Amino acid sequence: MNIKKTSLNNLHIKYGAKLVEFAGYQMPIQYKDGIIQEHKYTRSHSGIFDVSHMGQLFISGGDDLTNNLEKIFPADLKKLKTNQSKYSFLMNNKGGIQDDLIITKTSDGFLIILNAACKYNDYEVIKSKLDNQYKLNLDESLSLIALQGPEAKNVLNKVIPGCNSLKFMNGNNYVYNNKKIYITRSGYTGEDGFEISIKHSDAETFVESLIENGSKLIGLGARDTLRMEAGLCLYGNDLDNDTSPIEANLKWAIPKSRIETEFVGSEVLKNQFQSGVKKLRVGIKPDSKVIARGNTKIYNDKNQEIGKVTSGTFGPSVEHPIAMGYVDNSYSTVNTKIFLEVRGKKIPANICNLPFYKKNYVKGEINV
Amino acid sequence: MSEVKYSKEHEWIKLDGEEATIGITKHATEMLGDIVFVELPEKGSHVDKDGTAGVVESTKAASDVYTPVSGEVIDTNQMIVDDPSKINEDPEESAWFFKLKIKDKNEMDSLMNKEEYEKFSKETSA
Repeated sequence: MNIKKTSLNNLHIKYGAKLVEFAGYQMPIQYKDGIIQEHKYTRSHSGIFDVSHMGQLFISGGDDLTNNLEKIFPADLKKLKTNQSKYSFLMNNKGGIQDDLIITKTSDGFLIILNAACKYNDYEVIKSKLDNQYKLNLDESLSLIALQGPEAKNVLNKVIPGCNSLKFMNGNNYVYNNKKIYITRSGYTGEDGFEISIKHSDAETFVESLIENGSKLIGLGARDTLRMEAGLCLYGNDLDNDTSPIEANLKWAIPKSRIETEFVGSEVLKNQFQSGVKKLRVGIKPDSKVIARGNTKIYNDKNQEIGKVTSGTFGPSVEHPIAMGYVDNSYSTVNTKIFLEVRGKKIPANICNLPFYKKNYVKGEINV
Repeated sequence: MSEVKYSKEHEWIKLDGEEATIGITKHATEMLGDIVFVELPEKGSHVDKDGTAGVVESTKAASDVYTPVSGEVIDTNQMIVDDPSKINEDPEESAWFFKLKIKDKNEMDSLMNKEEYEKFSKETSA
């Protein structure tokens, strides 16, 4: 298979990236500073992430688009104002998650940001559920760059004046190099930040100007530790076709106004809302320094298997191992003692609240 | 007189009489990235040549540490347990992993010298 390169590939090499294949793209796992320094720089200053491998699907045209998309996605799209974004899901008929995504209302339709590994399948699924009157464009002429961290607003505002007035989960059009770019205030790190959709040909100079203003390129390795500390799910690890948004503890993303309405998977979700779920995603904090990674088995104090870790690492900002996973619902209460099987040994751990790292408080409260 | 040799699993071993000090190479730490956890063998335990004798974990993944020779574990380095980042800083000196009283000096013969190891690590990472 041909491995694709993003428009920032030369820049990655210039800044000493270690490149790996991810979802069919050659992507930077880390740069010279390494994952821990990159993670901390994002939390203290700002970091630039090449997320151009993700899908940018524009849907427009036709009548009744909002109604028809509400039959696919469980978001309250009718209430969405132009340039406002919502986190939502593409589900299957069993209520399982095919992808988690961000939907933004644009002036002539909707923009949906899709996970790289899911985007082509998502496109086919969405296309098959809409009739031909709509125009679907999985636009591969655009790069996507995330700028995250407490300094992000200052750095970006120097390059794109005025963008720091954007509100969280809102976007707008701006101009860079005489061309239209689209910026949303959003991210995947637990920090304030932006995602910038920009023509491939402008991406490199744009990123260089962010670097000149004090930001640094950050690899996928730190992106993963940042999102885990923030308690955010990674599709394929923490979310999959056999897991519903309710089981994933993402009930907040299903608005009450939609529960009684019809969309793909609505029957199952309605049922789960009423009768509860068997498994639930939880935060897990090991007592010791041992790291429990994805697929680690979880046991109760009677040595019965009660679940599985789906993501786990060492949290550089909380300075402790962190994990999330699914347990039998009766063990999902915070402070429940559980055991993680790592290299044949049962490691004591506790169910804990997510996120591990909270930014909203003054200087970033540490929640481990 | 002490000699340093290297294994294909990227451990270094320094022999001083019957006492061997073992750690992981700079090249290994560069491949692993930031090390955040280390597990060492128990003092007094016996380890067999090419068997696992510990674990290092980076932010990315866990990797086994192997012992290049057999012997009895006579000491372990608490410093790297308390602060695993020391392994990235000084892997081939102060951040050694464990010391062995070795069983058979001949086991050293199959290991590489510095020059051979450098060639090996260049070829395998290419």
